[in-house]
Parts: sequence; C-alpha cells; structure tokens
Amino acid sequence: MSKLDIISIRNQFPILHQEVNGKPLVYFDNAATTQKPQAVIDALVKYYNTDNANIHRAAHTLAARSTDMFEDTRKTIQAFINAKEVEECIFTKGVTESINLVAQTWGRKFLQAGDEVIITTMEHHSNIVPWQMICEEKGAILKVIPINEAGELLMDDYDKLLSSKTKMVACVWVSNALGTINPVKEIIQKAHAFGAIVLLDGAQACSHLAVDVQDLDCDFLAVSSHKLYGPTGVGVLYGKRELLEAMPPYQGGGEMIKEVSFEKTTYNEIPYKFEAGTPNIGDVIAFKYALDFVNEIGKENISAHENALLKQCVDGLDAINVKTLHATSLQDKPITLIGTAKQKVSVQSFVINGMHHFDAGMMLDAKGIAVRTGHHCTQPLMNRLGLDGTIRASFSVYNTLEEVDVFLEAVQRLVKLSNK
Amino acid sequence: MKNITDIQNEIIENFELFDGDMESILFYLMDLGKKLPAMPEAHKTEDFIVKGCQSKVWVYPSFMDGKVIFEADSNTEITKGLVSLLVQVWSNQTPNEILNSELFFIEKIGMSRMIGSQRSNGFSNMIKQIKMYALAYKSTNN
Repeated sequence: MSKLDIISIRNQFPILHQEVNGKPLVYFDNAATTQKPQAVIDALVKYYNTDNANIHRAAHTLAARSTDMFEDTRKTIQAFINAKEVEECIFTKGVTESINLVAQTWGRKFLQAGDEVIITTMEHHSNIVPWQMICEEKGAILKVIPINEAGELLMDDYDKLLSSKTKMVACVWVSNALGTINPVKEIIQKAHAFGAIVLLDGAQACSHLAVDVQDLDCDFLAVSSHKLYGPTGVGVLYGKRELLEAMPPYQGGGEMIKEVSFEKTTYNEIPYKFEAGTPNIGDVIAFKYALDFVNEIGKENISAHENALLKQCVDGLDAINVKTLHATSLQDKPITLIGTAKQKVSVQSFVINGMHHFDAGMMLDAKGIAVRTGHHCTQPLMNRLGLDGTIRASFSVYNTLEEVDVFLEAVQRLVKLSNK
Repeated sequence: MKNITDIQNEIIENFELFDGDMESILFYLMDLGKKLPAMPEAHKTEDFIVKGCQSKVWVYPSFMDGKVIFEADSNTEITKGLVSLLVQVWSNQTPNEILNSELFFIEKIGMSRMIGSQRSNGFSNMIKQIKMYALAYKSTNN
C-alpha cells in the first residue's frame, strides 16, 4: 500500500472537483488522457501572460526567456528518460507523430524491398498504420508477434520471426487496451542480436513505469505529454544520436535549416533538424511542470498506489462474479476480464455478458463515472480476442479506493440489469 | 392515427417526468427499445444498416395502404430506444406527412446531451435515411 496523501494530490487537480449528471465525477479514463495538475495549468497561463515569444531567433528578452524555458523542458525530459544527450530528445505533436517521423525518415532511407518490420498483436493503430504505409511503399513485409489468451506476447514466436531480414521491431511497451507490460528489454536484446532497430511506443508506459533508455538500450522511444499529466499536442521522440544524424529531415521549413538558398539547403543539427516550424511552445513549457509533478511524487509511489487501485478493482469484479453465480441460476460468469497478464499497469478491460459496452458506458456516465468503451484503437487485437470492444477502467495517482468502490457498485447494478 | 406533432408532444411530456435524471432516462430508453416489435433477421442486411452509427442500427421500410411502416433494431439497447422514438413518430404515416414534418422533440428532450456529437451524427443519418425512404415511396406513387 502506498504512503501517498491522495487527498492533497487530488486537490492539485481542479477538474476532479465537479459533478457529472448530479454525481461526483469518477474519472477512470486515464489511459485515454490524464487530467492536469494546477501547476501545469498555471504554467500555461503564465507563459501567455508574461513570456510569449517565438523561440531560438529574436534578440529580445521575451524570446530569450521563452527559449530558455522551452529548452528547460528538453533537459527535464532528458533526465526523466535518462537519455545520454539532450539533443536526442525531439519535440513532436505526440506519440503518433513520433512514430510517423521514424517510419517516414528512418524507414524511407533504410528499409528496402524484402526487409521485415515486426510489430505485436496488441499495437495501437498508431504503431500499425505508419509501418503499413512505409512497408507498402518500400515492398517491405510486416510481421506480427502473436499473444496468448491472457494478453501476453508469445516470445517463442518472436524468436521465430526474427532473422537477418528483420530491420525494425516496433513494439508497444504497455498495452493501452489490456495494460500488459511487455518484456521490452528482452525484445530489444533479441532484436539487436540480429542487427535490428527497436522503437518503443511509450504512450502508456511512461506515466506508470521508471524509464531508462540507456539501460533498456532502445533505439527510439515515443513519449506522450498528455498521458503524463501534461498538455495535449506535445510528445517526444527519443532517438540515439547516430540514428537521428543518419536520418533525413521529416518536414521542411524554419528552424530545421542551417542555410537556405534556391540552389541548395543545408540542414540544422539535431534536435532542430526534426523540429520544422514554430513548435507548440507554451504546451512544451507547461509539460515540464507535469514531469516535475511526477518526479516529486516518485514513480514507485505512483505505481504502488495504482496497483492497489487495480487490485481492488479486479478483486471486486471477481467478487461480483462469485456473488452473481451464487445468487442466480447462471452457468457463466457475468463479467469476463480482458487482459490478465502477470505484468500489468493499472488498466482493466472487461465485458459484461448480455450488455453492449456502449450501453454500459452510457449507464456508468449517468452515475458520473468516466470509462472508455469501444475498440481502443486496437481493432486487430479485438479481432484476435473475438470482441468488438470492451469497457476499460484505467486508474491514475489521483484516484481513490473509494472511487473504485463507487465504480464496482455501479458495475454490480449493470450486471443485475443485464440478467433481467 | 395521431399526427406527427401530437406524437412528438407526447414524447416531450414523457421525458419531462424524469426531470433530467440521466439514469432514469437511459432506463426508459432501454424499455422503449424492448417494446419495439422484433425485426425479422432477414431484414437485417448490409443494405438496411444506417451508416455512421457507432453501434449497429438497421431501419427497414415497407409501404402499405399509402403509409410507410418502419421496422428498426440495434445491437445496443440505448440506441435501440433512440431509434424507437423515430419509429414512434414516423411509422404509419404517409410519405408526405413524413417529408413535411419537422422534428422538434429531439432538441426538447435534450437528445444531444444524451448522445454526444459523435453519436448525434449517427442519429442524423437515421433521420436522413428515413426521409429518403419516404421520398422514394412518394416518387414511386406519383
């Protein structure tokens, strides 16, 4: 059990203190996006009130201030993921853009016909489609690591997929739909043994797990700000220096150039080579305060609390099954948990027999409870599991055990309703 | 047969009883859905699916004694309740009555709050499809 003072943490999140449909808001859609602490909101307001200027160019004071703050976030994220050099951290719009950047630049330069890219069954569409696009363009082949019923990768099959043809392994670290934590260190070591590059989709992982890109030895890591208590519209692409330097630019424009003439343009150094155009300055600056928020509480404390929430949720859902089977003539459990991997973050998907997930989502919303329902942008995974969607509760550091109880009570009502 | 305006006014009155309590409204919608006459499986084909809905919705028209009859179904109960309101308003009316009618009950019962903009798109597709069927029957009859 965690030692955190959850009430004082909650008090830093103004949005949580409201009623929805006449009931206190219970926000369990954290895997979609986390809420923002007051410090992040304040940083955004302060930036536009006092510091707004375009970065990296002008000689004036405001420009110097905004540039310093912008670069300060880069240093903070470097430390947060333990990158060797600050230049290895590129600001993007988010994880989707980070992955597209690698697919479109690294992929375009280094992938050839007959090469193979390996992904997993549990990828988000944003780590499937960019690879499909570049594979189609290059005549490369996309291979998929299968999973077992619990939602864990079949590592023996991964071994069989790897070969000298493998050029890229693009793998989700933590599944958004199932919560599974994949054995990424082993995946990386095995890929490197075949000379392949590894990109990790860190969208879900970075808010729950300690991140050390040097220890992992991953070649690329995509990070999201808005799933990490920061603003939307900001992401980071970490890449090893030698790879980033070998890659052509992503987009052309300002910032990414060294010199431009109509005959020829030479490109800027990393990270600026990949940051064409005026970036999302205010949100990047505010992102630092989200990272500070996480650092202050500590990832270990965060995950200890989140794991307690998850355990209470899973135990509670199991208890509803036992109680219902005892009290009715039902043969099958009314609730099926989806995603029961041994290594998980605080995400639980499930389905209620006889009730469509949309109906369940609407009924929970009527009780002020926000969960995600649907395919979670993982249609191939849903097909593999034979589902068209799930109900997903995902917990964050500001959620309480009492909220889990409110949620379980509401689910119990849904189960009764579905048996009518 | 009640006219379209009267039916809509009745729906509005029924929803007013819930005084905005969302859970009661959803239960009511699910009950309405359950009361819809069963739609034959043979009518639930690709051709009769309403496009753009997040859940599956079928609307099947037929024409009898100058009136359009609608059957409808959905794989989610709340959506089925929503589409049942349209059936209530528009089934068993003439093509002209359907085409000339204005749906005022939707706004009055706070439908958009219930279904959000994404699902509203699906709902407006249901309305378009029903009007299109009415138009088709009207033109084949002229």
